[in-house]
Amino acid sequence: MYPRKFEYIAPNRVEDVLRLLRKYRDEAKILAGGHSLLPMMKLRIIGPNVLIDLKNLRDKLAYIRDSGRVVRLGALTTHAEIEQSNTLRRDIPLLPEVASLIGDMQVRNLGTVGGSLAHCDPAGDWAVAMLALDSSVAIQGERRRVIPISRFLKGPFTTALRPTELLTEITIPKPPKGHGWSWKKFERKAGDFATVNVAAVVIPDRRGTVKKASIAVGAVSPVAYRASAAEIMLRGKRPDSELLRRAAEAAAEPASPISDLRGSAEYKKWLTTVMVKRALEEALNRAGISVEVSKHA
Amino acid sequence: MPRRVVRRTRSSITPETQAQIPIKVKINGVEYSHTVEPRLLLVHYIRDLVGLTGTHVGCDTSHCGACTVLVKGLWGDDWLAVKSCTVLAAQVDGKEVLTIEGLAKNGELHPLQRAFWENHGLQCGFCTPGMIMAALGLLLRNPNPTREEIKWGISGNLCRCTGYVNIIKSIEAAAKEMREKGVTV
Ligand SMILES: Cc1cc2nc3c(=O)[nH]c(=O)nc-3n(C[C@H](O)[C@H](O)[C@H](O)COP(=O)(O)OP(=O)(O)OC[C@H]3O[C@@H](n4cnc5c(N)ncnc54)[C@H](O)[C@@H]3O)c2cc1C
Ligand code: FES
Ligand code: FES
Repeated sequence: MYPRKFEYIAPNRVEDVLRLLRKYRDEAKILAGGHSLLPMMKLRIIGPNVLIDLKNLRDKLAYIRDSGRVVRLGALTTHAEIEQSNTLRRDIPLLPEVASLIGDMQVRNLGTVGGSLAHCDPAGDWAVAMLALDSSVAIQGERRRVIPISRFLKGPFTTALRPTELLTEITIPKPPKGHGWSWKKFERKAGDFATVNVAAVVIPDRRGTVKKASIAVGAVSPVAYRASAAEIMLRGKRPDSELLRRAAEAAAEPASPISDLRGSAEYKKWLTTVMVKRALEEALNRAGISVEVSKHA
Repeated sequence: MPRRVVRRTRSSITPETQAQIPIKVKINGVEYSHTVEPRLLLVHYIRDLVGLTGTHVGCDTSHCGACTVLVKGLWGDDWLAVKSCTVLAAQVDGKEVLTIEGLAKNGELHPLQRAFWENHGLQCGFCTPGMIMAALGLLLRNPNPTREEIKWGISGNLCRCTGYVNIIKSIEAAAKEMREKGVTV
């Protein structure tokens, strides 16, 4: 399978990429790891006239930078680099865990975190993780703007990026030491996209109750979402199994899955409650909060 | 994926971008130069232009791993296992590629090749070049993997014949020999 014909350029400077984007606008596509773009071009789902390859910008756009209270990821950082990062394993262990379950080794070697967010596949993994961690993204166009990830993700394959803009950096606040986290990706087989993917982060306070819980859910709605209703139910509580069950149901409430080869809509909605519950149990456990089995459960 | 085909608009392309590009690639230690269309995939470049047909095309949709080769210099300086059906030849301009043909040295099989032979790690052999290159990519990063890590490492490579058990045995045997003798690529 060949993509349609296109012209190719691999600039050495970010300014040149931006100039070319302004020149070609919708005719051009950025090429990062190519692991979403090239399959779509081969299937002729899209056929850009110009491909602007970022391969010569690795020096500038691929890094994992510890900046004290936040970690900064260059857009071209690969899934494999995140998987292997000691800084992230120590400070934000959710991220290497997410990376390690994306596709397979070969996909992780080339695919980038920026490419995944810009592509915005409803079943993509990074959007879910970045939402749960309250990340923000830096976008470079004629000027630079920084927006929260929740405003970046707009819909299926749709983001706040304009055709003339480049995603350059993702900033992730470090959750406090002692936080609990969980990544539950349900896949039919190794390497598949998620049927449903859930990220949970629990910050405990000193009394052993939940100070803050963040829950993000993907693959069961047009774009990944934060389960705010469930988060509020948990705040200030020492949850028992009954509360977890109700929170999981509340978290699945906004889901509007479609029936496809990964299962019926009904099944996926039910699966969402199961995965949210498991994610919460694991995150609470890692936060040192024990969950009592309630009498009703 | 969106079922939307972008209609080609009248193009404003100027010679800044290129419809034919000269590329230089070092494959198995030999320099090749060709002028190619940017849409040429690395796997077709290796097979059809360079003439090395050990790298196979299985699914052509980035799932089976039969087309796996190692690339150095594309994303950093390490050898990386990649699926060459999902890489453009243009992307590896100026870089190094290692295919199954580049493993044997002076008529001697690489430990991975010999281990697959000795442990019956193949039946029809179609998946084998990709399987061996993926295994090599894994072992370069993790020379002493657990059985579980080997399984995860080759999860992007499909085999319709062996049931994987002997493939895993082969990789374990090769890893041991490579560690003992200090063999890499
Ligand atoms: C077999 C297979 C299995 C996979 N499994 C998973 C999985 O389990 N989970 C998962 O989340 N993903 C999975 N993926 C997708 C993979 O993670 C991709 O790497 C990722 O979605 C896209 O990143 P990329 O760097 O390859 O981007 P590309 O394919 O190069 O680009 C994707 C899109 O983003 C745009 N873009 C890229 N970078 C930028 C930037 N910096 N600024 C602006 N626009 C940009 C491109 O123009 C393009 O439209 C899989 C892919 C394959 C082939
Ligand atoms: S041919 Fe199957 S992954 Fe490339
Ligand atoms: S040996 Fe036949 S496909 Fe693997």
